[in-house]
Amino acid sequence: MTVEYVPGQPQSQPQTTIAGHGDRPLLTVTDLSVTFTRRGRAPVHAVDDVSFQIRAGEHVGLVGESGSGKSVTSLAIMGLLPRGGVEVAGSVDFDGQELIGLDTATMRNLRGQELAMVFQDPMTSLNPVITVGRQITEVLKRHRDLDKADARTEAVDLLTKVGIPDPARRVGDYPHQLSGGMRQRVLIAIALACQPRLLIADEPTTALDVTIQAQILELLRELVSGSQTALLMITHDLGVVAGLCDRVHVMYSGRIVESAERRQLFARPRHPYTGGLMASIPRLDQPRGVPLTPIPGSPTDTLPWSQGCAFAPRCPNSEVDCRMHTPALEPADNRALRCFHPLTTDPRSVGATHA
Amino acid sequence: MLRFAVRRIGLMVPTLIGLSLLLFFWVRILPGDPARSLLGQRATPEGIERLNELYGFDQPIWKQYVTYVSALARGDFGQSIDLHEPVLDAFIDKLPTTIEVTFVALLLAVAVGIPLGYYAGRHQGGWLDTAIVSTSLLGVVTPVFFLAILLKYVFADQLGLLPTQGRQDARIDVDHPTNFYVLDGLITGEYAAAWDALQHLILPGLALGTIPLAIVVRITRASVSDVVHEDYVRTAEAKGLYAGTINRRHILRNALLPVVTTIGLQLGLLLSGAVLTETVFALDGIGNYLYDAITVRDYPVLQGFILFIALMYSIINLLVDLSYGLIDPRVRVS
Repeated sequence: MTVEYVPGQPQSQPQTTIAGHGDRPLLTVTDLSVTFTRRGRAPVHAVDDVSFQIRAGEHVGLVGESGSGKSVTSLAIMGLLPRGGVEVAGSVDFDGQELIGLDTATMRNLRGQELAMVFQDPMTSLNPVITVGRQITEVLKRHRDLDKADARTEAVDLLTKVGIPDPARRVGDYPHQLSGGMRQRVLIAIALACQPRLLIADEPTTALDVTIQAQILELLRELVSGSQTALLMITHDLGVVAGLCDRVHVMYSGRIVESAERRQLFARPRHPYTGGLMASIPRLDQPRGVPLTPIPGSPTDTLPWSQGCAFAPRCPNSEVDCRMHTPALEPADNRALRCFHPLTTDPRSVGATHA
Repeated sequence: MLRFAVRRIGLMVPTLIGLSLLLFFWVRILPGDPARSLLGQRATPEGIERLNELYGFDQPIWKQYVTYVSALARGDFGQSIDLHEPVLDAFIDKLPTTIEVTFVALLLAVAVGIPLGYYAGRHQGGWLDTAIVSTSLLGVVTPVFFLAILLKYVFADQLGLLPTQGRQDARIDVDHPTNFYVLDGLITGEYAAAWDALQHLILPGLALGTIPLAIVVRITRASVSDVVHEDYVRTAEAKGLYAGTINRRHILRNALLPVVTTIGLQLGLLLSGAVLTETVFALDGIGNYLYDAITVRDYPVLQGFILFIALMYSIINLLVDLSYGLIDPRVRVS
């Protein structure tokens, strides 16, 4: 029943082509743009013509620095962007249903049931004045029509599934009685309560201790692999993606700059930004004292895409044409790439953050 | 929760002892000689001496305190120097008036203020929000006596919709077992009397409730507009919960803490009596009584009432803390 993704078998063209297995993608994002407008200020294009697809059971990574638009993309898919001051254009097709502009009531029915999300900060993402049990049962009652007793039993089951010890007692606990890692487990339990078809995890490990990060990733992997649940993992950490995702989209300044099947991407990153992200991952197999390799500059040193390549100011490969013309996302070398002067040599191979 | 409550109640004992001490000495430090002010300008030295002896003002101050506290322990709040009646009796006589008006005023503040503030907080910047905020500002800056006179002029004198003053129509002659007139009417089955008493409460309640109402609106609005941006509200949205559930369970409940504090403070303020409102509507509440006692330096009355008000505040504070515990589980542990 699972659509097993076969690593190493390249997808013809990741960007626009429908997947080769013949099954329709579960989620098709086409030319999604999110623009924040505020009176008296220039509009900010947080997400700019982003397109990608996710098939049932597939794990897709959306990678980029803060401000690259990855979180805004996920919020746009979930319909959770603030109502005022935001323009959303393009299309998000979820199993044949257009989500952009969908009426609130239908969207509320989908959220929590078909689409679920795990957020970045477990310390603030749970309601402090309600027991965790209730925060799980309320979603069960809402979407699965369970009565009180059944919902409670199910909540205990869910807590067991996400690895919380003594779940029967823990359902009565308040969030402040749980550690950060436990709270993230609770949030995962909430997200998976209705067996959603798409789970979006927005930097689910960023706010956690390093030791807990690996546990949470492992848990996510366990829970979604072997199920039909598709996973959209949003992260700045390529290491997270390496251990978890079938396909990776790298975003910079609101646009996808490189999309590839995981192995292709890690074996041979072509976009200088992707290369920079990989080079900046700290490695254990390096001798002591070797400094980390950061990407120079910060995401604020960008060029508007309309005037050239946004990454040009920070790019080691940039040449004059990078600041004059905007590169398009084009198929190249088993991937889609938005670059005039891609990397030609393999900078280094990268190990996965093992869960 | 029970342990939290017990511990919290235990904390009241030292507070009250400290209060009685503070009050006793504070009143003694006030300028002015009580005997002299009682007897007036033509007081003779002999008269003053006799009075001082009678009330124990000639005793050393610590002895006066011991006498005072042991009397308190017996439930004896002293005797009014001016009116020659036990303070406790005046208490029982006048307090119900104040409580009734306070209740109406606070009901207005809570029942109207929280929904309005909630709406304004959720729709910040909208025209209704602007209207609510500016009206509430008007509510805070309008002097109570002016509002009271205005209300009375419009609704009682001109429109004749509501009675102008007092607690009940003078022609109504019914029993008052509790001295809460509305309650009395309901208990004794005199529903017309209860209705009449209720009508008498509306205008004073409105006048007195305006400021608390405006404050509750503003605090609720500020608190709600903070909570709306919390991550857990986004989580609730991501669960696809109904808007009503999110509003109630996830936003309002978290936004309520500062509102509860405000209500507690306002309640204490209202119970201390409202001299101006009581005067305008000719209500015989504790505000006026206290005011008279201050002007003639009626020490026992002052002590009794201030102690009572302090006690009220302590109890209100206790209730506020307990409701904190009910609303927010984190309060119970600390």
